[in-house]
Amino acid sequence: MGKIHSIESMGLLDGPGIRFVAFFQGCKLRCKYCHNPDTWDLNKGKEMTSKDLFNKAKRFKTYFKTSGGGITCSGGEPLLQPKFLKRFLKMCKSNGIHTAIDTAGFGKGDYEEILKYTDLVLLDLKHVDKVGYKDLTGGNIKEFFKFKKALNKSKTKVWIRHVVIPGLTDGEKHIDKLKKVIDGFNNVEKVELLPYHTLGINKYKEMGISYKLKNVKPMDERKLKILQSKIV
Amino acid sequence: MYTNEWKDFNKGKWCKEIDVRDFIQKNYTPYKGDEKFLKEATEKTKKVWNKCESLLKEELKKGVLDIDTKNVSGIDNFKPGYIDKENEVIVGLQTDKPLKRMVNPFGGKRMVKQALDAYGYEMEQEMDKVFDNYRKTHNQGVFDAYPEETRKARTTGLLTGLPDAYGRGRVIGDFRRIALYGIDYLIENKKKDFSKLRGSMNEKLIRLREEVSEQILALENMKNMANSYGVDISKPAKNAKEAVQFVYFGYLAGIKESNGAAMSLGRTNTFIDIYIQRDLKEGIITEENAQELIDQFVIKLRLARHLRTPEYNELFAGDPNWITEVIGGMGVNGETLVTKTSFRFLNTLKNLGAAPEPNITVLWSDKLPKGFKDYCAKISIETDAIQYENDDLMRPIYGDDYGIACCVSAMELGKEMQFFGARCNLAKSLLYTINGGIDEKQGIKVVKGIKKIDDEVLDYKKIKESFFKVLEHIAKLYVDTMNIIHYMHDKYAYEAGLMALHDTFVGRYMAFGVAGLSVVADSLSAIKYAKVKPIREDGITKDFDIKGDFPKYGNDDDRVDDIAVEILEKFIKELKKHETYREAKHTLSVLTITSNVVYGKKTGTTPDGRKEGEPLAPGANPMHGRDESGALASLNSVAKIPYRSICQDGVSNTFSVVPKALGKNELMRITNLVNILDAYFLQGGHHLNVNVLNREILKEAMKSPDKYPNLTVRVSGYAVHFNRLTKEQQLEVISRTFHTTMA
Repeated sequence: MGKIHSIESMGLLDGPGIRFVAFFQGCKLRCKYCHNPDTWDLNKGKEMTSKDLFNKAKRFKTYFKTSGGGITCSGGEPLLQPKFLKRFLKMCKSNGIHTAIDTAGFGKGDYEEILKYTDLVLLDLKHVDKVGYKDLTGGNIKEFFKFKKALNKSKTKVWIRHVVIPGLTDGEKHIDKLKKVIDGFNNVEKVELLPYHTLGINKYKEMGISYKLKNVKPMDERKLKILQSKIV
Repeated sequence: MYTNEWKDFNKGKWCKEIDVRDFIQKNYTPYKGDEKFLKEATEKTKKVWNKCESLLKEELKKGVLDIDTKNVSGIDNFKPGYIDKENEVIVGLQTDKPLKRMVNPFGGKRMVKQALDAYGYEMEQEMDKVFDNYRKTHNQGVFDAYPEETRKARTTGLLTGLPDAYGRGRVIGDFRRIALYGIDYLIENKKKDFSKLRGSMNEKLIRLREEVSEQILALENMKNMANSYGVDISKPAKNAKEAVQFVYFGYLAGIKESNGAAMSLGRTNTFIDIYIQRDLKEGIITEENAQELIDQFVIKLRLARHLRTPEYNELFAGDPNWITEVIGGMGVNGETLVTKTSFRFLNTLKNLGAAPEPNITVLWSDKLPKGFKDYCAKISIETDAIQYENDDLMRPIYGDDYGIACCVSAMELGKEMQFFGARCNLAKSLLYTINGGIDEKQGIKVVKGIKKIDDEVLDYKKIKESFFKVLEHIAKLYVDTMNIIHYMHDKYAYEAGLMALHDTFVGRYMAFGVAGLSVVADSLSAIKYAKVKPIREDGITKDFDIKGDFPKYGNDDDRVDDIAVEILEKFIKELKKHETYREAKHTLSVLTITSNVVYGKKTGTTPDGRKEGEPLAPGANPMHGRDESGALASLNSVAKIPYRSICQDGVSNTFSVVPKALGKNELMRITNLVNILDAYFLQGGHHLNVNVLNREILKEAMKSPDKYPNLTVRVSGYAVHFNRLTKEQQLEVISRTFHTTMA
């Protein structure tokens, strides 16, 4: 049994082509900018088997075919449900469906096995050093390094994503460092800088938790473009 | 043989008998490139359109610009009219002035009088007298024959929008015949047909003989009408300009003669393209001239008007005429029917700005050329003015020369027509099941022989059984009603001009319809999977107490989607049990147009949790906000509704997506939309309206309509200018599901 927060049958931004996106319930990180805090709690979500989830996903095969798409496991943190995740990915792979996981690389191990059935990792690279990582996410970067190691051993392709937050991760030095960190990954196909946005704030209000970046404005898209050109 | 007019055309069967399809197949040039060849509007076009735009603004303020209260509508009953004579390349208006509406009392005088009254006009005494004393109307005929059950079903809104007080429409003349053959040849042919209509003079034969005689007269009238504009249409068109002009005169004759709800154009673009290609090759015209012809043709179409009552506008807002022109599609031989003129039609949306008319309908196939697919998607994203229909689904049934009447009704051009039948409110039917056939709002008994359900908690099996019994009763009532309507329409408001542009022996469909499909599917699902307790007042259920969750239509969940399919299968099966007028074939649509708002108003609270008076979902759409698994799960649910022989009059689906969710940039949005359309239609979906816009823009447009004069939105099988909708309809459009994305 796995725990799923929700499903988006028309994911057009999370990997190539049209994606069936399964948002896994549960995440151990508490990123300050997280726009899906409702996916944090490991005890919530809808229970279903990997077979249930696969049966839902396979209904979109025609869409995958016309667009070169597939499934994306997002979250939450999909790596926190390794058994369920692996079974689901395996089923998709054996039915010729392209698989991607959208992850911060902060799971429970078993990475090498999972990556065997993963065509693409959308890797949310949170920060460039230990202190920054801890401050932004509340987590220890060590876990992430474990995932990195497994990833570098695998043949899975990597798209790196990094959220740029005004005042926090938009400095030139930071970006230079980021570049170096990215160089440490094999099989990187794409690097995307994502602008920090405030669309998730309402969820915090609804859930009654405080939002830590209250005074931070959304990232300026023009400035982001300049930074993006430095990376690529 | 017309050696001069048909010069350079490849000859064939079409030269010896009327066969427009054969002419197209032998002569058209498929186009597989992109849109780069297209040109902007010419100075002449801009001048004409500028004048129209200010007239349109004035019209919007006043409701109607002007009404001709003296002359009765008819093919040749008006003096020629112009917008800007020296710059008009294509001529012809319904009356002597642009946007001046005609009075057409043949469908029903009462409705005309109400409309005149609403806009502060009065019927001329002479006309009033004639229609009071000497000339019976369709509406009078119908009410002379209606049984009591029909009257009740109309009053309560079980059957709504029936064409019993105005023209039925949905008859598409094959206007191309005029351009290809000229009126004289068409008259000659009809005379030949007439001479062969012999045998025992029974009702059938007598009626047909009378009709063909009327058709011949209508063709003569068309010739005279064209002559009044200094154009001779007795012989075939000699060049592209004449071809467009002749086709338009045919269409114009149709809308001068009848005021049908939907007066569609057919499939003219690929036909016209043959003439344009010939002229371009000979160097008679340039690409600018070619675009000018199409732009000016479209300007004329955008000015078509009928006089409607405010109640009618409440039902079908925005002055629609459903001037549906289909573009694209594939031939049965696997070659595409896309031509450069298909692009030129789309280009009018750029040259003249977005607008609901003509109702451009792309016949989609995954085999369409990439350049065309991309351009359609691009224009869709920019204008929200296009709808898509599944060519691969329809071609095996109708061949490759069919058109769409209204929104989704396919028919072979010049060979088939349909008897339009509006729709039956399924949501209400379900409430009749619970309330023993008594209307939940008016308290009158509409369906007899149904036992009231007294259970504390509704039982699925029992409800379904009884619901199906209600449907059996309604099916009979519905067919009876339609037979009366179309018998009388043929008798008192026969569309001689449009039928003259058909073969003498035509195939007929009788197009039934349903509204409220998703409400009923969800209601039955609630009864089956949750616990539904009726709350009764004086024996009538007024509300429901619903405990627990249940699967909802629109999430690709077979548990409820199968219920939707089962209802439709049952209803069409029941309809088919009853004999139709003129042996028409029964078809069924899941289409509401904008009437889902009014139907909802007339319907009490339903077991799915929808409250009294709230709108139903449009067409086959899931209820607003209940499709929670994203857009494609919603499309998958709708795609399960079978088309062939079940819902063969069309399954309408409207899809609204926020630009950002469709892709990061224009290129990605185009690619994604094309892929979605490919897959939706490969899965058997029949129809899709595409809106790519933000809800905020609509809210903003409600506040300051002046800033958004051209804001066009697809609402169902047609598009509207957003600011011509009633406030209620605007709010309903805003409340629809706008697919966004989580990430």
